[in-house]
Amino acid sequence: MPNPMPTSTILELIVRNHPGTMSHITGLFARRAFNLEAIVVVPLPSTETSRILLHMADEPKLEQVERQLTKLHDVLSVHHRPDLSPQIFSRLINQIPTAPCKTF
Amino acid sequence: MERAQPKPTMKTTGAQLLRILLERQGIHTLPGIPGGAILPFYDALHGSAIRHVLARHEQGAGFIAQGMARVTGRAAACLATSGPGATNLLTAIADARLDSVPLVAITGQVSQSLIGTDAFQEVDTYGLTLPITKHNFLVRNAAELLDIVPLAFQLAESGRPGPVAIDVPKDVQNAAIEINTLPEPGRRQQLPPCADELIDTLAHLLAHAQRPVLYLGGGVIASNATELARTLAHRSAAPVVSTLMALGAIPPEDPLFMGMLGMHGTQGTNLLLEEADLVLAIGARFDDRATGKVAEFCPHATIAHIDIDPAEIGKIKTAFLGLVGDAADILCRLLERLPPQKHPTWLARAAELRASYPLQHPPRSEDPLHPVNLCRFLGEQLPSDAIITTDVGQHQMWVAQAYPFRQPRTLLTSGGLGTMGFGLPAAIGAALAAPNRRVACVTGDGSILMNIQELATLAEENLPVAVLIFNNTHLGLVRQQQELFYGQRYEASRFATSPDFAAIARGFGVRGIRVDPSTDPLTQISAALTGDGPCVIDIPINTTENVYPMVPPGAANRHMMIAQPELTHA
Repeated sequence: MPNPMPTSTILELIVRNHPGTMSHITGLFARRAFNLEAIVVVPLPSTETSRILLHMADEPKLEQVERQLTKLHDVLSVHHRPDLSPQIFSRLINQIPTAPCKTF
Repeated sequence: MERAQPKPTMKTTGAQLLRILLERQGIHTLPGIPGGAILPFYDALHGSAIRHVLARHEQGAGFIAQGMARVTGRAAACLATSGPGATNLLTAIADARLDSVPLVAITGQVSQSLIGTDAFQEVDTYGLTLPITKHNFLVRNAAELLDIVPLAFQLAESGRPGPVAIDVPKDVQNAAIEINTLPEPGRRQQLPPCADELIDTLAHLLAHAQRPVLYLGGGVIASNATELARTLAHRSAAPVVSTLMALGAIPPEDPLFMGMLGMHGTQGTNLLLEEADLVLAIGARFDDRATGKVAEFCPHATIAHIDIDPAEIGKIKTAFLGLVGDAADILCRLLERLPPQKHPTWLARAAELRASYPLQHPPRSEDPLHPVNLCRFLGEQLPSDAIITTDVGQHQMWVAQAYPFRQPRTLLTSGGLGTMGFGLPAAIGAALAAPNRRVACVTGDGSILMNIQELATLAEENLPVAVLIFNNTHLGLVRQQQELFYGQRYEASRFATSPDFAAIARGFGVRGIRVDPSTDPLTQISAALTGDGPCVIDIPINTTENVYPMVPPGAANRHMMIAQPELTHA
């Protein structure tokens, strides 16, 4: 049942860091038609895990997204981060100059 | 991956290690087809206690493994080479995913130095299996097998069962490895139990409902909770409706059993759900073929939902109460809390609905080969523990409606994916896993052609499988939909030529008969069923028979179409 209110949510995931984990997560969003606005992944130093921040805008099935993510074997934890603003993603990308456009 | 202890070490190869780990998982029978990238493993199988069953198409191997897993409830494994071997397995893997069947699919892969070079028979098996498995692995060195193989079986069998894929590059199979200790085999892990308070609440709901219904799904069978579900039905005085996947959980003779709900369910069953005030779903996932238009499903009922998969609670229909856990455990604890209930008016209403809307079909004396009559006849001919596999289409729905399934795991059918071609290889797998049981594959003339090459496997293994082809020379369910919903514009649903299936069977070395409808056809079928070894029985049925009732796709379940009067004989 869709929530009446559109949502903007940031989820924090701790995942096993190995080839394929990102495919599992992005593949889940693609095949279940969940919205995914932004994603940041950074390996956690001296561990075999990575930390992922996901931004979802207007995702009516948020609870379903969380439950499906939790089921993935490589996802170790899923947490809501209401303390974070979606601006962190744009701030991050804005700090880095855009590469010069190249035509192939 | 530190496995530190020194001495005594065993020198082996990745392929030998994989074989040892499978043996330790209890894998006795392994269907598959060899090819270049899996040959080191086949070499390791040489002389092993594992009995390899040579399928004739990898999809057949996948469904043979599924047949074994569906009968036993334990994970079965299957084997294929890289590239086309792996892609041919995909349908069987996806099918296992949708029906929650524990399966471990092992594929060869090109050597790691060749991965990404478009090498001969290279395909991205990891990427292809990712969306259709519970989890998948690409093994990067032989030592990883020590963790991956037990984990694959653990994942396949734990929680909601499902398929796991292991892709093993050829160089990993060939690699030399020294090992000190072997891991424990992977086993089903217990989930945390459901909280007591939720079970208290459920007991309270059941004790205060006036018109309760139990809605059973395949999870009831997966958790071996069928007896508990039946006890609960009687304790709570609740009629029981069943999905396709739960048929066999409750015997049809049980006075509370209302049969299958949904698109081809009986009218009384669907109407009962319209009137219920509490629906307890157990191991069911509110599939669209069961619910019809979901917004109008059980419009007056509070929904309580027991499932082992937390993501199923509220996925389709908001549940007032969701209980996550093993159905057998939850039902056990629920029964401790629930005193016997009485709902004489409600049970009388259920009995009235059941009596008022029987399946419409001519009497046997008039039309013995009407599919409903045929299914009931088979039910009389075969013992109650016989295993019936089906393919997909009209025959599948007739079997679901009319065959009397009295025990769990006696119906093996492709429910979620709806895969034509499932029936024959699944029957072979069932016969391999249950050597003393009768196995019958009820199929159609369309479906049987989709994996007919497995008759060679059947002949080779000489298993007691009877293949009954309900032959209407059509893709019958397609024809039916074109008749009812596409203005009788029949397109590509009629077979202009029909093969001689009895002759084909004999060509494979299997007994084959074509039933002559003019001279006591049931006696011919009965005689064929009593013979030894495998057989194919080709049964001509009315080419334009439809499956009724039918809820039009997308409609609410109360809008059932029934047989047109001029076609009805009863």
